[in-house]
Amino acid sequence: MSSAPATAFGFVHRKRRGAELLLLLLALCIGIGAYAIVGLAREGAVPTDILGYGGGLAALALVAHLVVRFRAPYADPVLLPVVVALNGLGLAMLHRIDLSLAAAESVFGPFAPDQLLWSAIGVGLFCLVLFLLPDHRRLQAFTYTFGLAGLVLLLLPLVPGLGVEINGSRVWIRAMGLSFQPGEVAKVCLVTAFSGYLVVNREALALAGRRFLGMDLPRGRDLGPILVAWVASMSVLVFQRDLGSSLLFFGIFVVLLYVATERPGWLVLGGLMFAGGAYAGYLVFGHVRERVGGWLDPFSNPAYDQIVEARFGLAWGGLLGQGLGEGSPTRIPFVWSDFVVAALGEELGLTGLMAILLLYALIVERGLRVALLCRDAFGKLLSVGLATTFALQVFVVIGGVTGLIPLTGLTTPFLSAGGSSMVANWVIIALLLRISHQARRPDPEVRAPEADDATQVVRLR
Amino acid sequence: MNKPIRVLAVGCALLFGALLLNANYVQFVRADELNDMPENRRVIDAEYARERGPIFVAGEAVAESKPVDDRFEFLRTYGPRPRVYSHITGYYSYLYGASGIEQTENDILSGSDPRLLFNRVIDLVTEEQPKGGNVLLTLDPAAQAAAHHGLTALPEQAKGAVVALRPDTGEVLAMVSMPDYDPNVLASHDFAATADAWKRLTSNPAEPLVNRAIQQRYPPGSTFKLVTAAAALSSGQYTPESLVTGQATYTLPNTNIELGNAGRGSCGGEQITLTRALAFSCNTSFAKLGAEDLGAEALRNQAQAFGFGQDVFDGLPNSVISVFPEDPDDPQTALSAIGQFEVAATPLQMAMVVAGIANDGTVMQPFIVAEERSPDLNTLEETEPEALSEAVSPSVAADLRQMMVEVTQSGTGGVAAIPGIEVGSKTGTAESGGGRDPYAWFVSFAPADDPEVAVAVFVEDANVPASEISGGGLAGPIAKSVMEAVITP
Repeated sequence: MSSAPATAFGFVHRKRRGAELLLLLLALCIGIGAYAIVGLAREGAVPTDILGYGGGLAALALVAHLVVRFRAPYADPVLLPVVVALNGLGLAMLHRIDLSLAAAESVFGPFAPDQLLWSAIGVGLFCLVLFLLPDHRRLQAFTYTFGLAGLVLLLLPLVPGLGVEINGSRVWIRAMGLSFQPGEVAKVCLVTAFSGYLVVNREALALAGRRFLGMDLPRGRDLGPILVAWVASMSVLVFQRDLGSSLLFFGIFVVLLYVATERPGWLVLGGLMFAGGAYAGYLVFGHVRERVGGWLDPFSNPAYDQIVEARFGLAWGGLLGQGLGEGSPTRIPFVWSDFVVAALGEELGLTGLMAILLLYALIVERGLRVALLCRDAFGKLLSVGLATTFALQVFVVIGGVTGLIPLTGLTTPFLSAGGSSMVANWVIIALLLRISHQARRPDPEVRAPEADDATQVVRLR
Repeated sequence: MNKPIRVLAVGCALLFGALLLNANYVQFVRADELNDMPENRRVIDAEYARERGPIFVAGEAVAESKPVDDRFEFLRTYGPRPRVYSHITGYYSYLYGASGIEQTENDILSGSDPRLLFNRVIDLVTEEQPKGGNVLLTLDPAAQAAAHHGLTALPEQAKGAVVALRPDTGEVLAMVSMPDYDPNVLASHDFAATADAWKRLTSNPAEPLVNRAIQQRYPPGSTFKLVTAAAALSSGQYTPESLVTGQATYTLPNTNIELGNAGRGSCGGEQITLTRALAFSCNTSFAKLGAEDLGAEALRNQAQAFGFGQDVFDGLPNSVISVFPEDPDDPQTALSAIGQFEVAATPLQMAMVVAGIANDGTVMQPFIVAEERSPDLNTLEETEPEALSEAVSPSVAADLRQMMVEVTQSGTGGVAAIPGIEVGSKTGTAESGGGRDPYAWFVSFAPADDPEVAVAVFVEDANVPASEISGGGLAGPIAKSVMEAVITP
């Protein structure tokens, strides 16, 4: 951005939509190329539907690009191409897993057609957000609506008859033949609600209490909100047996609290509270102990088959990978959901896995950059929250799959099979682009008022 | 609020840094360790889909991979006579791993040996499927067939083993164990049938998967008198003409236990020559010799010089070490001197004793892999004959050879006589304990003037009346046919 022309009024960002289009072409090459390679490796020929598939993917990307070009022209040019690359790669991998599952006459799958549909819906919502939301600050008015919606969505799987338990976690609902993970959508609602709440209350929360080890601890009477968030996240852990979501929600809240108040004391306090809660969970709940056991010594028990096979797959992939379609990722049970990165690590190797990690890191870095540039507190908090959500989620799920931390159930954004995660993450990207557009566009106030300017009527919604 | 955001950015960078480091740890640092874990089916599957190299015996493949139309692409098959070579090739099974040469030479056969790395790189570039290397064995097909035929011709349920060595090199010319099995059944891609066969083979009390030539040890009985005789001659106090006791019975030292001879009589006089004692396998002579004149120390040293107490063979998996008892008292030493008590030897070890005597006292390291070759038939390694130990001096070896020829010509080993060729031999009949039939042994070499082959034959549970079991009767003819197969071109 250093090459951006400086005007008399200060720094002005360029739109860079051309750059975005170029990067998008590159991203499409990755996605469509991966699809073609899968066909070559598994069936010895480029898939016959490559034109239809590639065309579809390109159309989705193009629509997204055009909407950004017209509705948020100053938005960050890197985010969309990165997401399209990840989405395309995920689709190719799911298609590849489908072929193996079909060959083995598995009861599961196919996943790729649904995933493509959900990607289209995700892009649709992406466009909708950019169309309907010209300014992200409008969301602030709905702080408590979003908070309530988030809580309801979070607790929905506990409703008898609606929620279903899959693989030990009660985080799904099933209605009309479709299953949905409402926690993914709750994530977006709650980040919005947290931001709105903290913008208003940050002054009070920032008041210093006792000093301890050179840190200002919050006042006792201000502990209410963090306690509520802690209780909510612990109940997710207890009732839904979902360690990952629990960590994610609480983590985001604490991070936003820290950013809003600029008091590191909140981070320490939150960290201690979560560690305490997690340790109590370890002592009380078998499923938490099981996860930790599978992390410390996966080879001790055949029940940790999934972790062990993922580890073997990653090792088998080695530096350069077996090549798309040439490994045996379906040895990993349920590889299409949380463990899809293990499949990518096996077939694309360490090189491919590191590239994927860097793509995620790029999304987070771009998100945080938006927060730095953003001129309003709400936008700052919202973009920090969304970027941190991404960082935490990627860390928790990929760290779990590769054995860095105990395994917890979270989806891999844009890669795992699953509609709820797909649409929620597309919405997150739309929100980030919207904030980024607001942040990077030239300041409207710099225009010198002309004499005959009529007093404008500003409509406040 | 920008300061906390910057702090947060550093935090996120740390998280991603940790993920990247951990990915490197799993996929690079630990990769080999994970790939080597036995429960890692990916590696096994990949090996299965690769064209495994053949195992050759004298230009004929006794194991090779043939293309088939299923998900593994190649099926391991074991030639026209799979049972003859079953304990040598071993099996290569998807479910149960590998044994025999398939196991010990797996790196070459599967193509994962570092020396084949260059080929693998070429294959990678040319998009060729990687192939395994070739393994050439030392076996003599005629001797192997003779040994197998001899053991199969025994009465039903007979178990046993034959080992033939080339005395001056240590090459294994024949190695057969009975009962045998068909490795094709275990290599099959019909896993239900494989599992079935595996269950039958492992639950069979006769243990067909065990290679009795190297994986079991038995009391060698009278064949061990060769070691006792070698110790006596090496002590310098005896010659083949020295007189030893030939009495009908010998009272074990410090006991009232009377040890008799096989025929319950004397060995032809109160005093007989050492040569005659060996020719008639006189128990009393050797028991007394061992207990009163040589002692356990001398016997153990002599046995170790022939290879007892050390792992002498690494060509096939799980070979056991032959043993001489740790600290026997005098009566136990007397029994040990005639190959009873806790003396236990593999058929291979007894073949090495004879081969050492035949090779002027030098025991050669036995080996079965003659050569390893790359898929394009370049020699990777050729096994060079290597001396294991000098068991006896050349002159003692010459005396022993002459004494063994005498066994064939006028003693218990007459059954192995080959017209026109001098044969040295020694019989053995060992108490197996537990009221079971005795073990029958026969060891021999030929021709006496320039030995080309040394054989050990071992038979158990021959299902004939105990009184009729003798090393000479059961095992002798097998040894003879194996020697003939080697000597006759």
